[in-house]
Amino acid sequence: MIKPRLNHLIVLLLLILFPLVVKDAYYRHLMILVLMWVTIGSGWNIIAGYTGQVSFGDACFFGVGAYTAGLFAHKLGLSAWWGLALGGFTALAIAFPFGWICFRLRGAYFALATLALNEVFRHMATIWESLTEGMVGILILQTFVSKVPYYYIALALAVASLLTIELVVHSRLGYYFVSIREDQDAAESIGINTHYYKMVSLSFAAFLTGMAGSLYMNYMGFIDPEVVFSLHDISIMAILVGIVGGVGTIYGPAVGAFVMVAVQEVFRTAGFGALRALTRASGWSFMELVTKYVSESHVFTFGVLVVVVILVMPNGLVGDWPKIKRAFGLGRSRG
Amino acid sequence: MSKNFGGLRAVDNVSFEVQSGEIFGLIGPNGSGKTTIFNLINHYYPVSSGRIFFGGKDITRRKTHQICSLGIGRTFQVVKPLKRMTVLDNVIASAFLRHRSVSLARGAAEEVLDFCGLTSYRTYLARSLPIASRKRLEIARALATQPKLLLLDETAAGLNPSELDEAIGLIKQIRESGITVIIVEHIMKVIMTISDRIHAINHGQTIAEGSPGEVARDKKVIEAYLGEESHA
Repeated sequence: MIKPRLNHLIVLLLLILFPLVVKDAYYRHLMILVLMWVTIGSGWNIIAGYTGQVSFGDACFFGVGAYTAGLFAHKLGLSAWWGLALGGFTALAIAFPFGWICFRLRGAYFALATLALNEVFRHMATIWESLTEGMVGILILQTFVSKVPYYYIALALAVASLLTIELVVHSRLGYYFVSIREDQDAAESIGINTHYYKMVSLSFAAFLTGMAGSLYMNYMGFIDPEVVFSLHDISIMAILVGIVGGVGTIYGPAVGAFVMVAVQEVFRTAGFGALRALTRASGWSFMELVTKYVSESHVFTFGVLVVVVILVMPNGLVGDWPKIKRAFGLGRSRG
Repeated sequence: MSKNFGGLRAVDNVSFEVQSGEIFGLIGPNGSGKTTIFNLINHYYPVSSGRIFFGGKDITRRKTHQICSLGIGRTFQVVKPLKRMTVLDNVIASAFLRHRSVSLARGAAEEVLDFCGLTSYRTYLARSLPIASRKRLEIARALATQPKLLLLDETAAGLNPSELDEAIGLIKQIRESGITVIIVEHIMKVIMTISDRIHAINHGQTIAEGSPGEVARDKKVIEAYLGEESHA
């Protein structure tokens, strides 16, 4: 059913060896983020890329998963790792009623509904202080000091997500999802219960994203509503991971995760400190302003990036790879 | 059945019965309500009033996918190929209604493609097909759901004479395989040659029903197609 291909196995081997070779905490942290985004991006890809129902609200599932883990520790005094097992299910519990009501909406209206869902949960987490501690957030004692165990758990989650997509895409479910994407009315006419299958698709997305959220709670040790229910840092990031990598491709989110975490870091560190160095070197005071605004402009830039990617490479790095190769003069010319 | 769209009565008390195994034609000028009737049978729109029975069961309130499952397949006037899927995948998606596993669905899909003469196109993306083949794909997809009744909506529009003959041949083969067909057309040649009985409508209302010959000679039908000028 799943044919292991050589390059995939090589990449997997490299990923397994990574923490043994790279000891720097910073890079380990970045790779954990990348693996987490592979999971979230894969989830988004199922509902948006394959089924064509674009979601702007995946942060809802992420945050719900994160809070599930956090509350297990904070309220119940149990290990936050319970959240990893159950975070996916709590996210499912939200996805079901939401999908049931909102899948009657199509296209942009559904997207707006997901946006609303995201914001509603962010607000709820902020004001329902007796449950979530509101803006104070939840702080837990981390189980491991080293990043390595978290890395391998993130890797396992990412691999599981990709395997899930691989299985789904080649199954009856996969055909049904794509049929719904291509033409919902035609799909209904050939006997597909589109409402039901859209919900199944959303369930996959919610479950994977919820688990990623729980992992985040366990790994970071601290969450608050602004971070885990963030529209721009989680929901829009998920969309970018999906479209930069390639919607409707199995490995698109993996590529997209890598690229987007790098892009995010460039912004957070203002070009890995290059801008700051430039400021010092040139002595121009206005460079200080530029540095400050570059690192804070990532929200705006992410928005611009979405538009640019859609215009220039709508099928992402994986989908438009031949086009990109040709643009860099690396492709084979068709004589 | 009747259908109102706001103030417009698109279908006004149209009533007919189709016998198992026949090819039943539904004709009328453009805008007379033919496609709307299909949309009502298939529950693409709900009826405003009236009932629809299939094999003795009242299917008026059933959802589109359930109606397909019960045995009514349909093609669309403006064809709806699943564009970014291959021809084969289009039909496999459809075959899944009756076959659970991918391999069984694929086998069934290949058979249907063969029946419709599309085998050479199987790896082509649906959107790259010319119109005549798209119409065949539309039929193939409907056939893969193993319908007892097939609703064909303007299968002949846009086809050249040789494609038309092929289409007629395919429809006859479909009837021979035991499937009842309701065909909507406004091209006379097609519907007159293959229908067993015809129901003619205009402005959403029934104007005639009978054998092709009877309907062709009916004054109201001639008027509907040629307008008032023929009486001037």
